Amino acid sequence: MDYEALRFIWWVLIGVLLIGFVVTDGFDMGVASLLKVIGRSNEERRVMINSIAPHWDGNQVWLITAAGALFAAWPTVYAASFSGFYFAMMLTLFALFLRPIGFEYRAKIDSPEWRDRWDWALTAGSAIPALIFGVAFGNLLQGVPFHFDDILRLHYTGSFWALLNPFALLVGVFSLLMIVNHGAVYLQLKTEGELLQRSERLASVLGVVCAALFVLCGFWLWVGIDGYVVTSVMDTQAASQPTTKTVEVVAGAWFNNYQQWPLLWLLPVLGVLSFVASAWFSRMARHAWAFVSSGAAMAMVLMTTGVTMFPFLMPSSSVPSHSLTMWDATASETSLFIMFIVACLFVPLVLAYTAWGYFVMRGRLNEQHIRDNSHSLY
Amino acid sequence: MDIVELSRLQFAFTAMVHFLFVPLTLGLAFLLAIMESVYVITGKTIYRDMTKFWGKLFGINFALGVTTGIAMEFQFGTNWSYYSHYVGDIFGAPLAIEALMAFFLESTLVGLFFFGWDRLSKEKHLAVTWLMALGTNLSALWILIANGWMQYPIGSEFNIETMRMELMSFSEVVFSPVAQVKFVHTVSAGYVTGAIFVLAISSWYLLNGRNIAFAQRSFAIAAAFGLASVLSVIILGDESGYELGEVQQVKLAAIEAEWETHPAPAAFTVIGWPNEAEQRTDYAIKIPAVLGLIATRSLTEEVKGIADIKRDNAERMVRGQEAYQLMNQIRAGDRSEAVLARFNEVQADLGYGLLLSGYTDNVAQATAAEIQAAVDASVPTVWPLFWSFRIMVGSGFLMLILFACAFWYSTKRTVKKPTWLLKFALFSLPLPWIASEAGWFIAEYGRQPWAIGEILPTHMAVSQLTTTDVWISLISIAVLYTLFVAIEMYLMVKYARLGPASLHTGRYDGEANMAVRPTGEA
Ligand code: HDD
Ligand code: HEM
Ligand code: HEM
Repeated sequence: MDYEALRFIWWVLIGVLLIGFVVTDGFDMGVASLLKVIGRSNEERRVMINSIAPHWDGNQVWLITAAGALFAAWPTVYAASFSGFYFAMMLTLFALFLRPIGFEYRAKIDSPEWRDRWDWALTAGSAIPALIFGVAFGNLLQGVPFHFDDILRLHYTGSFWALLNPFALLVGVFSLLMIVNHGAVYLQLKTEGELLQRSERLASVLGVVCAALFVLCGFWLWVGIDGYVVTSVMDTQAASQPTTKTVEVVAGAWFNNYQQWPLLWLLPVLGVLSFVASAWFSRMARHAWAFVSSGAAMAMVLMTTGVTMFPFLMPSSSVPSHSLTMWDATASETSLFIMFIVACLFVPLVLAYTAWGYFVMRGRLNEQHIRDNSHSLY
Repeated sequence: MDIVELSRLQFAFTAMVHFLFVPLTLGLAFLLAIMESVYVITGKTIYRDMTKFWGKLFGINFALGVTTGIAMEFQFGTNWSYYSHYVGDIFGAPLAIEALMAFFLESTLVGLFFFGWDRLSKEKHLAVTWLMALGTNLSALWILIANGWMQYPIGSEFNIETMRMELMSFSEVVFSPVAQVKFVHTVSAGYVTGAIFVLAISSWYLLNGRNIAFAQRSFAIAAAFGLASVLSVIILGDESGYELGEVQQVKLAAIEAEWETHPAPAAFTVIGWPNEAEQRTDYAIKIPAVLGLIATRSLTEEVKGIADIKRDNAERMVRGQEAYQLMNQIRAGDRSEAVLARFNEVQADLGYGLLLSGYTDNVAQATAAEIQAAVDASVPTVWPLFWSFRIMVGSGFLMLILFACAFWYSTKRTVKKPTWLLKFALFSLPLPWIASEAGWFIAEYGRQPWAIGEILPTHMAVSQLTTTDVWISLISIAVLYTLFVAIEMYLMVKYARLGPASLHTGRYDGEANMAVRPTGEA
């Protein structure tokens, strides 16, 4: 296996980890975001919380693994994105703080005010990261103002407020609604009665809204956002030096890959169709199918973003030739190879025991179950 | 404060708070597995109740372990971006492996531990508990491999094309002797913490005459487990000292306030007053030969003193200065053979050139005074290390006495445990935390001025942020953490006071007055 192949594999693997994150942690973030929306009583909210209680922590590790893998496979991207988006990252972090303690502490004291605070904490802790991740992708697509100095130190020259531009906010809202939709379809698998009906109703609208937002983002990208193209010949086997190529900013360039490989259009098209399907299945009370469709839709959205930007990972708007790409911002060949072996060994194992965990905890929850196990459940 | 100091403060604060929860997770996870094993083997319900009750406290602690852990994972990128770029090729791997191999395991199984009691057979649930404990230990292993590499960077090489360190030998990184001793010492510290926690709270029940049967059994398990662990932490701590003598002589010299190299075998300063200005230790009480024995395992080898280490560093500083200039020359495009060859000869000292760059505007023309300033900064300040070490070791021996007594009395089931012992156990509760925090302080502060030992100085490792940025994040984190820790402590105390009655089984003291409460709303 050569360096080029490893680089490509890691581009795919990071994508897989991100998909793992949105498909699993996405639903628990969605459920928690909905606590105050469709949970009307304490017991209903406890049903919602306990539907994700045994799983949210394992799910969140997809995010931690993605961050770790970014560090290992694309160290410079990890460095540039985390320090460049400093306050956005801090906000995400502060929001994520609230989840572990929210889940664990909410039922530990029997008081309505106490519970109410933690309900808000869980809502904020789940909705804010979903929003910010979208905003971050919205900014990546526009390019981020950073450059390197002569010893490859990173300098970020933008401000936090510049991240909150209209396109990025649109992507942020899309990302949030996508996650919320996913939470609503998950609740269809785990609840009964009123809660079930409410989540069906909500998802049968949200799926369509998500499809529309996805199309809107694509349209905006086409008419309003310039893309990036590498204009020098890239040596895909060379040591990782992100400053030696030349890059140009060209209107419509984000659609070049689709022109070159028209089959790629399948990804966004399937994405839109899957959102619509998840709405349809929710309406028809085909719960498992609704969940599968929603998961597939989110995977398609991420893949679409990936292939649109390919080979860019983090374009620089201030010095475009310093943009980070999957060919020149990776770890060394040795590192990529070792990590590839590790991933081959452990990802299947993780999937296996995660699946077992879901299997053990299968079945619907209801309020009676909460009452019967009041002291051992969340 | 400048950006470097602020970033260090933020890292130190978040790491030290993370490590308030980590050792208890490590230790309790194992104790839970032991208690549950006894339950499965003997079939006695009381052991299941023990697992569930200590498990409740475990959960309260675990939540903050996870919360503060996420901050650590993000921080290398947010605040140490040049660090992440410079060493990510090596350092990122153990972090990613930790997540894949350990975090997934512990986090998935912790859910089944809490919610799987009615859904899994006894044996399967026991397996879940053991695997969860295994997960926490694997996580410690990989993070300490990463940390071990920072202390003693091997298996890697500098690449001037990419301006970073790159991995040469993964197995050298994984099997680093520093990482190995760190791992065993640190997880043993965790076991001690878990043991004291159970021992102290059980003693409190015994002092109050509550839940006697429950507390006696918990006490016995904690005493046995604790004695083994504290012996291991002390013996392996001594091993850490030996390892330091091999690879981090500055740290050892500072811990011992060994200002000058003395003829072998070196004496061990039990206590004294390190005097930085005069570079000597006032009022020192010394035991002959002991330091030499600890650090070199021989009576003939010398233990290097700070003055000699500085002299060595001064030489390396000069070579580092040259390496730094050559690096700039090469990066500016000069690839002539002579330049490359010379660079290869001196590049091992490039780190010293980078260190010097923090003390002068022009490395090539650094004045003698500037070089001297960098050399002085190449060894850490002595007294904080000297004292932290004595605090850690002192706590260690106190706990050894405690566990020895506790074990002795718990083997004699018929005798009522004396009140002094129960009080001793109760008041020892903070000791393992004090020792662990002191230990980390030694390990990390003693590494200064290097982020990566002799390769990347801390002042270069930071992100290009403004001080305002870091002030804002630091203050926010401080406020949030304070709030979280306060809530955690409140719940911990509340549930420790409730005791096993909080399980609502109807079998424990203090439940009568709770039974009247409606159970639906809790
Ligand atoms: C010796 C052990 C040890 C040390 C030195 C560290 N940790 Fe830790 N960490 C653990 C031992 C641990 C643990 C025992 O596995 C935790 C503590 C409580 C818990 O929930 O798991 C944990 C939790 C934990 C989590 C949450 C995992 C989850 O969601 O389950 C993350 C992301 C990190 N840690 C990351 C770090 C980083 C980046 C560190 C270094 C800079 C670090 N930890 C130091
Ligand atoms: C009593 C004898 C002890 C000795 C001789 C000893 C020795 C050491 C040494 C030399 C270090 C520094 C290692 C380095 O910088 O790389 C260290 C670190 C540490 N110690 Fe101890 N120690 C003892 C007891 C304890 C106790 C009782 C605890 C806690 C319960 C503890 C917890 C730690 C921790 C958490 C670290 C940091 C991690 C590490 O570097 O290994 N130590 N110890
Ligand atoms: C959880 C246990 C840990 C504690 C309590 C701890 C404690 C500290 C302290 C006190 C400092 C500040 C030192 C100073 O600036 O004077 C520090 C810095 C640092 N530590 Fe740790 N540490 C821990 C684990 C780790 C681990 C496992 C790693 C790496 C894998 C690590 C990496 C760093 C880095 C990058 C810095 C900042 C740069 C520097 O000061 O060199 N720490 N830590």
